[in-house]
Amino acid sequence: MAPSAPVALRLQGLTKRFGEAVAVDDVSLTLARGEMLALLGENGAGKTTLMNMLFGRYAPDAGRVRVADCEGVLRDLPPGQPQAALAAGVGMVHQHFALAENLTGFENILLGAEPLFALRRGRRAARARLEALMARTGLAAPLDEPAARLGVGERQRIEILKALWCDARILVLDEPTAVLAPQEAEALFMLLRGMARDGLSVIFISHKLPEVLGHADRIAVLRGGRLVGVRAAAEADAASLSALMMGAEPPPAPKAGPGRPGAPALRLVAARVDHAEPRRRLAPCSLTVRRGEIVGVAGVSGSGQAALAALASGLARPDAGSVELFGAQVARFTAAAFVAAGVGRIPEDRHREGVVGAMSAAENLVIERLDAPEVSRGGFLRRGAIAAAAARVLKAHDVRGPGPAAPARLMSGGNIQKLILARVLEAGPRLILANQPTRGLDVGAAAAVSARLIAARDGGAGVLLISEDLDEVLALSDRVVTMHAGRLTEAGAPAELDRGRLGRMMTGDDMGAGMAAGAGAAA
Amino acid sequence: MIRIEPRAAPAVGVARAAPLLAALAALALAAIPLSLAGADVAAAYALMAQGAAGSLFALSETLTRATPLILTGLAAAVAFRAKLWNIGAEGQLYLGALAAVAVGTGAVAAPVWLLAPMVMAAGAAAGGLAMAGPAWLKARLGVDEVVTTLLMNFVILLFVQMMLEGPLQDPMGMGWPQSEPVVAEAELPKLLDRMRLHAGLIVGLVAAALMHVLLSRTTAGFRIRAVGENPDAARHAGVPVGRVMVGVGALSGALAGLAGAGEVAGLKGYLTADISPGFGYAGVVVAMLAGLSPLGVVAAALFVAAVFVGADSMSRALGVSSYLADLIVAMALICVLVGGFLARFRVRLA
Repeated sequence: MAPSAPVALRLQGLTKRFGEAVAVDDVSLTLARGEMLALLGENGAGKTTLMNMLFGRYAPDAGRVRVADCEGVLRDLPPGQPQAALAAGVGMVHQHFALAENLTGFENILLGAEPLFALRRGRRAARARLEALMARTGLAAPLDEPAARLGVGERQRIEILKALWCDARILVLDEPTAVLAPQEAEALFMLLRGMARDGLSVIFISHKLPEVLGHADRIAVLRGGRLVGVRAAAEADAASLSALMMGAEPPPAPKAGPGRPGAPALRLVAARVDHAEPRRRLAPCSLTVRRGEIVGVAGVSGSGQAALAALASGLARPDAGSVELFGAQVARFTAAAFVAAGVGRIPEDRHREGVVGAMSAAENLVIERLDAPEVSRGGFLRRGAIAAAAARVLKAHDVRGPGPAAPARLMSGGNIQKLILARVLEAGPRLILANQPTRGLDVGAAAAVSARLIAARDGGAGVLLISEDLDEVLALSDRVVTMHAGRLTEAGAPAELDRGRLGRMMTGDDMGAGMAAGAGAAA
Repeated sequence: MIRIEPRAAPAVGVARAAPLLAALAALALAAIPLSLAGADVAAAYALMAQGAAGSLFALSETLTRATPLILTGLAAAVAFRAKLWNIGAEGQLYLGALAAVAVGTGAVAAPVWLLAPMVMAAGAAAGGLAMAGPAWLKARLGVDEVVTTLLMNFVILLFVQMMLEGPLQDPMGMGWPQSEPVVAEAELPKLLDRMRLHAGLIVGLVAAALMHVLLSRTTAGFRIRAVGENPDAARHAGVPVGRVMVGVGALSGALAGLAGAGEVAGLKGYLTADISPGFGYAGVVVAMLAGLSPLGVVAAALFVAAVFVGADSMSRALGVSSYLADLIVAMALICVLVGGFLARFRVRLA
């Protein structure tokens, strides 16, 4: 972007503390009109906190936010008032979309923008204006479907339209590609670039180096709440950015040697799950996970992974077909029965399903096997034994936090995940279901979790890895299957896979090839 | 401007001290309506203290009043720990009392020494059944237990009235809607000579101790807490959430049923439709004041009972309405809720 472009936004010395912790420390940034700025940093670097101050969600402890008005004059935003940020032309698309599920796309866009009480709502005029906006920006999204029925990419476009509808001149996107397939992400950036050419200023948060290098004009790197560098994308490279981001050389990615597939651990035979919600349905699926191998399931979020995970963890029974564990057909689909059979489960949402936050780390470690002799005797908890085991396990798995007796919710997300992993591995599982095992973890914690999974595989456990992170699937898996619209398609070994074709399989554009390979999946 | 911010970690000190401070704050705040009513505030407090604990008789009355409150408070506390909102302790208490009368008036032939325990067991069983139903409906069909348990109170009370004017009416009762008295052998022993205090208090204290052990030391209590704090995680970890719900419901109802049986067998001797002045609902307040801790329930029940007995006595002496007791208890509850809020949030003047 030409340096002469007028300034759209200026952040000056923004600081935000939460108790003792400084989340954002004296950050100053300038954004030009029509510029695309990437905000790069690990989890916990302060990216989202910074943007929440811009958007008025948090009031900064120090510093100010100045936004250019229509005439280009910089004006101070009052702190802590999202309404003022909206009025000044700042729009935000959150990582977790905030659409009302029962309203249509059109109603969602108008929600909050039209007066609460009015004789005439002028919906026809609004519709025409919105269609003009869609034509101008190229943001196509179905307007008359309830949001619940929309795919992730469509929801995201509705969110962007909603921001633009409120005349946003500055658009902030929090991890916009986290839920998109590679092509969808490309298409999104094309659209954003087009809008930037028309004068929209864009800030997008990311921790993926390639997309930052490929699509931003400038890259601002945050580490530990401080702005450690701003680079023009044309002059930056992946190595220097990642060194900036982590403050050191990145830890080597865990390298998996080849697995040694043994006897089948999990077999789905034409297993089908019916559900009212399409995103939780499973078409008749066949899949075998052998002991000593990692089978990675690649797919865009909401393609049926939830149904597959529920089947493999004993939380749902198939409506047709069968599930076999270690060669025996499963009759009782309960979590307890699966745990007893030797299945370790890492749930997708570690806070909601993984731990009871109000209970202690020690209690969360034993919650799956309360009746085991080392946990209880005659219905009474052996509190001393539980505490001693917890101290040992937390140390062995490098779980850090306020200690085994403190509530689990006081631990960071990465440590909660390590706690869940410790619970799984200590039980000596023969099959591990790892659903989004490293989502939201920083590089160090993610590497630790991945290494443990590989070690468990080498120790003879079968691993079913479900992940929306294609890089993770390719790095860890011995075999990859893709998932789209509730269907599983065998893709092959990661070394032989072409990312473009894999991406097409994940979006259902490669059904012919998928079907042909699918015959192999049933074997 | 006042700003409210979440604390990174809940303030443990504030949370621990909240109930005690709330009780004191409520008593202090009661000075306002007292002086508005034209009473000498200092004298009123002195009379209240004397009325609640100033003599052996006063103490006995306070403890007698606390007895059903301990049990209904435990009923609410245990259920609430599993996030099972049992608002029906009042109805379960009446059903327990009805069962106690049915068994205790001589309908069942049993050894004399077994009669009183049987009366109590019948009360517990009736109350437990009354709550197991709503808990099952919630676990199985997702029926809101607040609605079912609350409405069951009225159904049960009308049923009890029907029984008291029909099959269970005392033929010697001169047409009053009351039951026959339970036989003397079925009565709970009195604890003090010529006082109303009865062995129901022992039942309440033992129940509180048992609930404490259950919740903190056993696998069943572990499951109850897990279901209450995060049912999704509990289910994922293999806890049978539905069965735990029904079990907790039965336990909670049984405790409320014990309260009713105790009032019949320990205090009144027979059943009328006004045997409980809202002990079931007050149990909810007691449980909240106690922070849902079983041992705390004993203290909270004593506090509420002392306020009511003391205020009764004070109002007789000063002519101030005894509704003041309701006011103090209500304010104490609000103060506890505010205290819980302050433990989680920090209020800043900016």
